Amino acid sequence: MADVVLKNIRKSFGSVDIIKGVDLEINDGEFTVFVGPSGCGKSTLLRMIAGLEDISSGDMIIGDKVVNALPPKDRSVAMVFQSYAIFPHMTVRENIGFGLTIAKTPKAEKDLKVQEAARILQMEHLLDRRPSQLSGGQRQRVAIGRAITRKPEVFLFDEPLSNLDAALRMDMRMEIGKLHHQLGATMIYVTHDQVEAMTLADKIVVLKDGEVMQAGAPMDLYHHPKNLFVAGFLGAPSMNFAVVNVEKIEGDQITVKNDAIAETTVHVQGRSFTVGTKATLGLRPQYLSIADERDSCMMGTIVLTERLGSETILNIKLSDGSTMIAAIADDQIFKIGQSVGLTFDADRAHLFDELPSASDAAH
Amino acid sequence: MTQTYLNNDRLRLFVRYLVLTLIAAIFIFPLVFMVMSSLKPSQQLLIDSGSLRAFLPVGDISFDNYAAAFRRAPVGLFVANSLLITGVTVIASLFLCSLAGFSIAILNWRGKAFVLSAILATLTVPFETIAVPLLLMSSKLPWIGMEGLELGWLNTYRVQIIPFIADGLTIFLFVQYFRDIPKDLVEAARAEGASWWQVYSKVLMPLAGPIIATAAILKFLVMYNQYLWPLMVVQEEGYRPVLVGLQYFFQLNTAWGEVMAYLSMITVPVLVFYLFLQRAFIASIASTGVKG
Ligand SMILES: Nc1ncnc2c1ncn2[C@@H]1O[C@H](COP(=O)(O)OP(=O)(O)OP(=O)(O)O)[C@@H](O)[C@H]1O
Ligand SMILES: [Mg+2]
Repeated sequence: MADVVLKNIRKSFGSVDIIKGVDLEINDGEFTVFVGPSGCGKSTLLRMIAGLEDISSGDMIIGDKVVNALPPKDRSVAMVFQSYAIFPHMTVRENIGFGLTIAKTPKAEKDLKVQEAARILQMEHLLDRRPSQLSGGQRQRVAIGRAITRKPEVFLFDEPLSNLDAALRMDMRMEIGKLHHQLGATMIYVTHDQVEAMTLADKIVVLKDGEVMQAGAPMDLYHHPKNLFVAGFLGAPSMNFAVVNVEKIEGDQITVKNDAIAETTVHVQGRSFTVGTKATLGLRPQYLSIADERDSCMMGTIVLTERLGSETILNIKLSDGSTMIAAIADDQIFKIGQSVGLTFDADRAHLFDELPSASDAAH
Repeated sequence: MTQTYLNNDRLRLFVRYLVLTLIAAIFIFPLVFMVMSSLKPSQQLLIDSGSLRAFLPVGDISFDNYAAAFRRAPVGLFVANSLLITGVTVIASLFLCSLAGFSIAILNWRGKAFVLSAILATLTVPFETIAVPLLLMSSKLPWIGMEGLELGWLNTYRVQIIPFIADGLTIFLFVQYFRDIPKDLVEAARAEGASWWQVYSKVLMPLAGPIIATAAILKFLVMYNQYLWPLMVVQEEGYRPVLVGLQYFFQLNTAWGEVMAYLSMITVPVLVFYLFLQRAFIASIASTGVKG
């Protein structure tokens, strides 16, 4: 099996820099998920690992080999595409066995491996069908089957489930999770889906404009985002950001307030602030709760409610005109126009030393 | 409501078939005329051609014209020559032009846009303008044959084959087709370890059935109908193709019945080839479902 190490990897198309120096270590057997806004270079990075795209500079190491100049076939990687990319003129059996056919594997051995892959993916009965006779989920299974027969050391998935409907997506997500446990291989997975990222990943890598914003365990990123971008990108609904004034600093206890939010003290690590400057207070909707007027630290009016059953999402307009999203556990009934007080858990609040720009807000 | 819809649909279908039948008839009449005339003596043929009888097997019907045609010209030899020249050219052309198309559409190399425009530019040059320079070149080109180095390509098969293998239209057809094939398929094959040659032979060509059939038909027709070029470069009977053989029938007095018999015979390979490819064409579309 193999580690994947990227050292200052860069990629330009003509004069446009797409990947701007990515350093990353992916451990053997780890499930790593790349997330980031559309066009940030996730696919490009994945294709560079696969060897489908040249590297402009830097080193790509798989196992203990520098693979910069190696063609895909010498890298021991397999890739699963969003469009499935299974060959329409071959049967499922031929598709799954394609890599083995190319490698001139003896027929008996090939048949055995194809059977095994089909068994793992529960599609032994489909082996003689053509892709045009399969459903979307079955096609994606074929694509995964084709990837696993060669026993590659690294699996690359580029948004493999995004063409499937919600229910199938959930099934396949669990199957991919199971597959990872069964095979124990290194997997790198690109997705736009927060749930896929949070549930599958051992490590999430958040990318923006060709740079790594933060990499780490899902809960680490969720609870300790390094910057506004990561904070706003992970979690649904997105984190609320409020620009506040720094009033008082006592060690790592920072007291802040603004026109709508009463004085609050937040515990901060690793960032420094100056009294009198502005900072950004980050509050996850899940940690906001409804309170009486005298216990609350901000007041507002409900402008929109969304009842999801397990929780109720409230869109609340504060007295200074800004908006807070609150996610209230359980199904509770609120009226639009109702005035409510909000409070939050100060231990769960984040304070950032940068101010929000449009791109850090909801994605 | 439903009733009128049904009637409308039926009417539309009827009109469509009527139009298609008329068009088919327009195309098939010359063929019927040719075959019917080939069965009639010359005099009756000329009289019949003024009326609808020209399309009917009536009067003095026999295969005499066919026998006469064989006596007048080595029909078998000419057909065999044409089939050899056409067959080799079609196969070589499909192979080379598809490789060129693959290279331009799929591979990345400097200057390929320029090369493609140069290839497309050749489409605007009619063969007649290059025929004479090509003749001069061919007469001096060397070749390594059975007896070692020889000079001059005149009176050979190769002079009728090699200049026609590479052509802009066929390359262009393949470029367009390969460009439309999803890039992911190529990349998936690469990721599975396929070499470029394997991408071409195992993925792209099996998916190119419709375009192979189209290119093959176009090339077949051009090659089977070669007249000017073989007239210029072949003086020996042994290398003559079918259309040049037609000259044998236009001496002193033209025997129209024999001409029709000869034409009927040399048309058969074209029809067989066409029907065969049409089947292959439909089968390949049905099995791959790549397009439409
Ligand atoms: N062959 C290419 N030539 C020029 N620019 C390219 C090429 N391929 C990708 N790009 C550019 O590189 C950037 C990153 O593309 P990439 O496909 O990696 O994004 P992504 O993060 O996968 O986006 P998405 O989430 O929409 O799939 C985009 O701005 C894209 O326009
Ligand atoms: Mg992408």
